[in-house]
Amino acid sequence: MPKFDPELIKNLEEKAYEIRTLAIRLMANGHLGHPGGSLSEAEILAALYFYELKIDPSNPQWQDRDRFVLSKANACNAQYAALALRGYFPVQECFTYGAINSRLQSHPDMCKTPGVDMTAGSLGQAFSTAVGMAWACRYAGRLNHIFCMIGDGECQEGQIWEAAMSAAHYKLDNLTAVLDYNKVQAKGFIYDEINIEPLRGKWEAFGWQTIEIDGHDIEQVLSSFYKARWINRTGKPTIIIAHTVKGKGVPWMEFNSAWHTHAPTGEKAEQALEELAKCYKKPYKRGSIC
Amino acid sequence: MLKEIRDIFGEKLIEIGRRNEKVIVLDADLNTSTRIDMFKEAFPSRFIQVGIAEQNMFGMAAGIASCGLVPFPTTFAVFSSKRACDQISISIAYPKLNVKIPGCYAGVFTGKSGATHQSVEDLAIMRSMPNMRVLDAGDGNELEQMMDAMVEYEGPVYFRVLRPSVSTVFKSDYKFNWKPVLLKDGKDIGILTTGVMTSLGLIAAAELEKQKIDASVLHIPCLKPLDPELLVKVATRCGLIVTAENHSIIGGLGGAVCELLSENCPVPVKRVGVEDYFVETGEDEDIKEKYGLTAENIKNSALALLRSRK
Repeated sequence: MPKFDPELIKNLEEKAYEIRTLAIRLMANGHLGHPGGSLSEAEILAALYFYELKIDPSNPQWQDRDRFVLSKANACNAQYAALALRGYFPVQECFTYGAINSRLQSHPDMCKTPGVDMTAGSLGQAFSTAVGMAWACRYAGRLNHIFCMIGDGECQEGQIWEAAMSAAHYKLDNLTAVLDYNKVQAKGFIYDEINIEPLRGKWEAFGWQTIEIDGHDIEQVLSSFYKARWINRTGKPTIIIAHTVKGKGVPWMEFNSAWHTHAPTGEKAEQALEELAKCYKKPYKRGSIC
Repeated sequence: MLKEIRDIFGEKLIEIGRRNEKVIVLDADLNTSTRIDMFKEAFPSRFIQVGIAEQNMFGMAAGIASCGLVPFPTTFAVFSSKRACDQISISIAYPKLNVKIPGCYAGVFTGKSGATHQSVEDLAIMRSMPNMRVLDAGDGNELEQMMDAMVEYEGPVYFRVLRPSVSTVFKSDYKFNWKPVLLKDGKDIGILTTGVMTSLGLIAAAELEKQKIDASVLHIPCLKPLDPELLVKVATRCGLIVTAENHSIIGGLGGAVCELLSENCPVPVKRVGVEDYFVETGEDEDIKEKYGLTAENIKNSALALLRSRK
């Protein structure tokens, strides 16, 4: 297991902050979005887009690239922020989000947004597409890796388990799922709505190698990717159950289902950005939403 | 002895697979009924059994297509159009992925498999999906041509594959080009047909001829996109239209023709097909009679329409 450079970890933590703030700003500007699930996935996206994924923003259709599918499609706000920061399109384009004719739709659209590998929006569906990608890339002899982020509430969809069964059956160890386990869905805590536990036991029973991490600890995220891509290649797909905090970084959003699908605007957005700055010990100048 | 349409489909798939190694076939545990067992035998490395999990099958097909391959996720028309409707819509049609969807056991002639396995809504559902092309072949020759054409075309296609044999309509030199085909040019009434009903439309027209009624027969293999030129021409010339399809009269060929003509050349239209019912278990011949999918019913509908206009 490699030791990750502290400088790299610091840089990725900084990227996670940038993803969070840009996601809040684009939601505030577009009056649209899912802040809770966008803030919970920021470290995972930072580690993927700024370290793990073998991609080329100047050639988004590069055939041998790694692929990333955001099956928990509602939280694409943070993905758009990450794509813009990674250079797929100008950061300024983030502020077209929510407006007519924007390339940034309310859910990921592979035909419109550079860097989006799969269209998604109806929960449970895109995970199957990632299984198909993993099958196709192995068939084509490509050495790339397919990553797919799924939501915890999304695990209530039956299709997730159909896809899980097929990936294990076909021994797709070029596929890694990351479960953003932020514990909250649209209308409340998952364990109150429809319990999905025991989660680890379910995935193991479905034939997946399972890693549990703190999804806000960059070092743990990087290590889990390394294990999934290089060590766990024993004929099983890997799932990284990333324990996260819904709304991470903005105290009044944390574990609060009211901020699952409610964009902070105006003063609320300013307060959210202030809280994020405080959390990262950064200065914040009011009035810098867009 | 005519081959069953599903056999023609299964054999053609092998021919296409031999030419094009990007063709991948997915199965949801129905490969002997759909005849893709032949492809499985010929190209095992390009055959994916997904089990009884249609929604996952169409999602996987979308992912496979996004990597440049040409998947044929194969199941019964009723399961693709209804069970996996959302998956086909969001994962395939919306991103315009190059997936070819055979609707096997399409229509009501499904060998006693009953209402849960018959498909009378598939054309309506698929036709309403943006980006989707929708096909219903008139015979086995045309189906083979369609399969060649759809592999050349980049984008999602839904095409019906019937279980039984269908009378030959097209000679071997016929060339499918996605457009309607005028099989008989007449002036008194236009019979517009698709799929298996085309051969019955021709019989109905021959019967009408005996009563000195000169009918046009226009075969419409591609319900979407629906090329208006010949439709409007036939409607303008005849002034009366009967449509016939192995499908509900709601939303399929009859619906498509009414939509197009009401905007371009409004004329009276009588729709022959399955009325607003779920059908039932029975011999194909008995279903045909009970639900009016016959040449006789097409002829009588034409006569009634002609009488009503006198």
